[in-house]
Amino acid sequence: MELTVGPNQFFWKPEDWSASYEALATAPVARIVLGELVCSKRLPFYQNRIPAAIEMLRAAGKDVVVTSLALITLKRERKLAAELAEAGVEVEINDLSMLAYLPTETPFSVGPLVNVYNEGTLAWLAARGATSICLPPELPLEQVRALARLGRDLGVAIEVWGHGRVPLAISGRCYHARLHGRTKDNCQFACEDDPDGLDVATLEGQKFLAMNGVQTLSDSFACADHQIETLQQAGVSRLRLSPQSGDFAAICALYRARVDGKADRGTVAAALRLTHPDIRLSDGFLTGASGAAWSGGRAES
Amino acid sequence: MEIVCPAGTPASLRAAVKAGAHTVYCGFADETNARNFPGLNFDREEMRAGVAFAHGHGAKVLVAINTFPRAGSEPLWHRAIADAESAGADAVILADLGLLAHAAKHHPGLRCHLSVQAAAANADVINFYASTFGVRRVVLPRVLSVPEIAAINAETEVETEVFVFGGLCVMAEGRCSLSSYATGQSPNMHGVCSPASHVEYHDDKGALSAKLGGYTIHRVGAREPAPYPTLCKGCFQASGTKGHLFEDPVSLNAETLIPQLAKAGVTALKIEGRQRSRSYVAQVVRNFRAAVDAQAAGSPMPEGMLASLTEGQAATAGAYKKTWR
Repeated sequence: MELTVGPNQFFWKPEDWSASYEALATAPVARIVLGELVCSKRLPFYQNRIPAAIEMLRAAGKDVVVTSLALITLKRERKLAAELAEAGVEVEINDLSMLAYLPTETPFSVGPLVNVYNEGTLAWLAARGATSICLPPELPLEQVRALARLGRDLGVAIEVWGHGRVPLAISGRCYHARLHGRTKDNCQFACEDDPDGLDVATLEGQKFLAMNGVQTLSDSFACADHQIETLQQAGVSRLRLSPQSGDFAAICALYRARVDGKADRGTVAAALRLTHPDIRLSDGFLTGASGAAWSGGRAES
Repeated sequence: MEIVCPAGTPASLRAAVKAGAHTVYCGFADETNARNFPGLNFDREEMRAGVAFAHGHGAKVLVAINTFPRAGSEPLWHRAIADAESAGADAVILADLGLLAHAAKHHPGLRCHLSVQAAAANADVINFYASTFGVRRVVLPRVLSVPEIAAINAETEVETEVFVFGGLCVMAEGRCSLSSYATGQSPNMHGVCSPASHVEYHDDKGALSAKLGGYTIHRVGAREPAPYPTLCKGCFQASGTKGHLFEDPVSLNAETLIPQLAKAGVTALKIEGRQRSRSYVAQVVRNFRAAVDAQAAGSPMPEGMLASLTEGQAATAGAYKKTWR
C-alpha cells in the first residue's frame, strides 16, 4: 500500500507552505498532491513557489500531482483550470469542470471531492483517462470493497481517505469572513490565522466541525489505523493522509510503519493521542454508525 | 418563464397542476431521489397516472433520480430511469456521471436534465455535460449571483433552471456530507439530510435543545418557536462567537428577482418542497404563476405575497445577491 499526501486544505504563510514540502521530501510517502483546493483567493500568495516545490519533490523521488480547485465558478478560476490542464504535470480533478479542459488523451487522477459512488461512474472515468481515484470520504467499507474490485480490473488505483480532518462541504459563502462580519469579496484573509481550521462547537461546547474559509471540515481527525488490513485485503492500493500543522512527516512515518506491518493495530492512534492530546479521532465513515464515530475508543483509553 | 413545482404525492401533483404549474417534478418511493422521506413519493402505477393527469392538463412531469447509486445496487437506479421513460415522463433529472452515461446509451430518446446535486457551477462544465451526455437543461447550484447566471446563459445553449422558493442549501449541493458525519444518513447516498429519525428534543431547565445525532443544533427558550434542527442552519460557537455561523434559519424567496432572472436568460423557476403539504404547494404555485404571468405581460410584480409561507418567517435571496457570500 502506498501513501499519498493530499493537498493542504488550509491557508498557510508562504514560508510555512514551502517548509512543509521540504520536510515531506524525506518523508516515507510515494505521492504528493499539492496546489490550492479550497479558495482561489489564496493562490497568489504562494503560486510562484509551486514549480520549485514540484521540482524539489520530484528530485526526491516523489510522484507529484497538482490539484484543481474544489469549486470552479469565476472566470479567473476557469482560466486557472484551463492552464492547469495544459501545464504538463499530472492533475487531480476535484471539480468535474476539469474534464472540460483536460485533453481526452491525458491521464489524470480523481480527488475525494468528485462523487465516485458506484461502478458506472468509476468505469466512465477510467475510460476517460482516470488512472487513480481517491474515493469520497463518506463511502462505507462495503462500497469501498466493491469499487476497489472494479478498480483492480480496470487498472485504476483506488485510494481511501486515511488521515486528517475530513472535508464535509464546500460553499459559495466564506464562513471565516462571515464570522468576522465580512463578505467573501472583502474577506481580508480571515482564514490565515487557523492553520488547521477553526473549531466549531455546539452551544454546549461539544466539538463538532471546523471552518476553513468556504470549506467545512470535521472537528475530528480521520484515522484509518483500525482498518488498514481490511483495506489492504479489499485491494485498496493507496491511503491518503491530509496535511496538518506541526510535524506531519512524523505522522506519515506512523502510517508507513503501520501499512508495512511493522506496527500493530492501534499504534498510530496511540501515538497521535500522545502528540496531539486535544484532537478527537474518527473512522466512522468507513465502519461506524456515523462519520464522527470512532471504533478504537476503548482499546486506547 | 416556466414554473417547476414539487409533488411529493399524487395529491400534490394534482393540486400543483390545477394551481397552474407548467411542470411538476417528483420521484419514486425509494433512495433513487433526494427527498426519500417516509410516506412520500410515487410507486410505478401512481407515476403513470400522475403523468397522464398532468399531460391531460397540458403540464409536464420531470422525474428526479438524483442521488448517487450505491456500489453493487445500480440496477435499482437503472430501473427507475427505464420506468420513468415508460411512464411517459417528459424528462429525468440526474446527477451521477455513471447514470448520465447509462441514460445516454440506453435511453437516447429520453430528455435529460442535470440535477442541482451535480453542482455544475460554470458554463464550461455545463457545456461538457451537454456535449458528452446530451443534457438539455441544468438546475443551477445555489452558489451563483444573478449576474453570474446571466454570464452562464450567454455562454451556453443548455436551458437553465434556478431555485426561487423554499429550503435553501448553504453548501454546494451534492457535495455535502455534514448530515452523514452526524447521523450516517446522507443526501448523496440515502436521499435525506438531517433526518427526523436522528432528531431528539431535550427540555433543559426551561430551554429546549434540538439535537441531531447527539449534537445540539440549537436551543431556544420554552416559549420560542423551535425550528427543525437542519444542520447547516444550526446555532454554534467558534472563537468566542455564538450564532448561526453557516446560515440563519431562513428559507429562499427570490420572487422579487423574477424580472432580473428573466433578463438573465433563465428558462425555468424551481420551487423546493416535495415534503410540503398539497395546500402549501398549491398556494406557492398560484402565487408564482401569477408572478410569471405578470412578468410576461409586463405588469408590475405582486410583492410579499409568500412571506407567511417561509420557514421561521424569515427569508433570504441567498447567493443571488453577491453580498450573501
